[in-house]
Amino acid sequence: MPDLGKYAEAVLSSYAISLGLIVALVVLSVLRARKVKAQLAEVEARGKTGGKAQEQADG
Amino acid sequence: MIALLMRDLKLAIRAGGGFGLGLAFFLIVVVLVPFGVGPNSGLLSKIAPGVLWLGALLACLLSLDRIFALDWEDGSLDLLATAPLPLEAIVSVKALAHWLTTGLPLVLAAPVFAILLNLPTAGYGPLVLSLLIGTPALSVIGTFGAALTVGLKRGGLLLSLLVLPLYVPTLIFGAEMARRSIEGLNAQTSLLMLAGITCAVIALLPFASAAVLRVNLR
Amino acid sequence: MSSIWEYANPKKFIATTDRLLPWVSALALGLMVLGLVWGFFFTPDDFRQGSTVKIIYIHVPSAMMAINAWAMMLVASLVWIVRRHHVSALAARAAAPIGAVMTVIALATGAIWGQPMWGTWWEWDPRLTSFLILFLFYLGYIALWSAIEDDDTAADLTSILCLVGSVFALLSRYAVNFWNQGLHQGASVLRAGALAGDTEERVSNIFATPLFISMAGFLMLFIALVFLRTQTEIRARRMRALLARERMQ
Repeated sequence: MPDLGKYAEAVLSSYAISLGLIVALVVLSVLRARKVKAQLAEVEARGKTGGKAQEQADG
Repeated sequence: MIALLMRDLKLAIRAGGGFGLGLAFFLIVVVLVPFGVGPNSGLLSKIAPGVLWLGALLACLLSLDRIFALDWEDGSLDLLATAPLPLEAIVSVKALAHWLTTGLPLVLAAPVFAILLNLPTAGYGPLVLSLLIGTPALSVIGTFGAALTVGLKRGGLLLSLLVLPLYVPTLIFGAEMARRSIEGLNAQTSLLMLAGITCAVIALLPFASAAVLRVNLR
Repeated sequence: MSSIWEYANPKKFIATTDRLLPWVSALALGLMVLGLVWGFFFTPDDFRQGSTVKIIYIHVPSAMMAINAWAMMLVASLVWIVRRHHVSALAARAAAPIGAVMTVIALATGAIWGQPMWGTWWEWDPRLTSFLILFLFYLGYIALWSAIEDDDTAADLTSILCLVGSVFALLSRYAVNFWNQGLHQGASVLRAGALAGDTEERVSNIFATPLFISMAGFLMLFIALVFLRTQTEIRARRMRALLARERMQ
């Protein structure tokens, strides 16, 4: 760690906040991407079986 | 076009909401400010131009959803869209009606309310002039925002979020014009920019507003 | 190589970005790590600003991306208006939150950077104020997308908003400069001003190289996230269409 002197708090907090926000953005984007991909696959599969799977699930 | 204008004016005055409510809100804001910042006359007179501008701006904002709401609800907006008048003209007339019933009364009331905030004498003329030039822009910009949110239930907050950033240039130049005149500085740039924005907005924004309305009426 | 408009086809877009994404992500990570580590550990302090100059490696790239994201949204909105490619509209939607986050980072780092010099946590410096206004434009744009149910209507309305907003954002920048410059020439305290050519000082190479690497890294990050998020939007839109069809059966 370089000697940040009296500005240590400022520099470190700005890096922490920024990288934290970036990581959060990436994580949320990836999680949402996976979720939507799975949901779409599910809906498409339902469509392929001609709705029978849906009927069975309801009945 | 005149018929449309008269109709809108009558609606605004009769329904009672638009006309008096805007003025009342303006007054309330002006009265509330000293409670918030303290009664020091010196301080109040310093912030008076800005507060009056803000109050007028917020009062304008609150009446925006009425521009299209009534016509949207009873279907007359669809009829208007198919009328021989171009939609851009209709949108401009609506903005004009809004200004006549909301903006203009605010301009006239401002010098009276300015007394409550101890506005310096030199400020009265410039303030009224800046509001006179600036409020039409607020109405036209507001009409654009109203067109964007016309179909939405509870679109009021979204309307504010969309419109307030668009108000920033007019607010800055309007308030600066008043402030600089009071301080004896050259207010010419502010005046020209303010007038320029108002003219440009009146000339160009109706095209965007009409396009938006067409989308929403599909 | 045929026209770029091929990628307007959603399936082709997803297929292509699926292949590109690992590379762009790796580039993003590599460049950002290289630039930030180099800048943080291996550059000297500034004579006047001390170690706070290290904030530059995040502040400048994020500010640049905040603007570029909006510029990309503007172009994408125009493409939607003119050519009606859904991928374009969805790409604009995808880019907005990224731009918003970049704007917040630029604001936070800008404020923290300036605090030792200003003594306050915020100054209505023209540059920072313009970014604050830009943030509000991002919020409005994102909110409008969320508020409208019909996808095509939302795409149309948000693209018009983006166009009008861009004009007003530029206008606001000028207005804010006028508002805070007053009678005195605004002496921009932030070194970032020097980079934009506001002052005569030029950033020496010691700072410049890791800075440019970091900027390239942020750009790659933006591209990777736009690829990923646009894929998500395409899939979500398809899903909504399928669900609507299901309900009608």
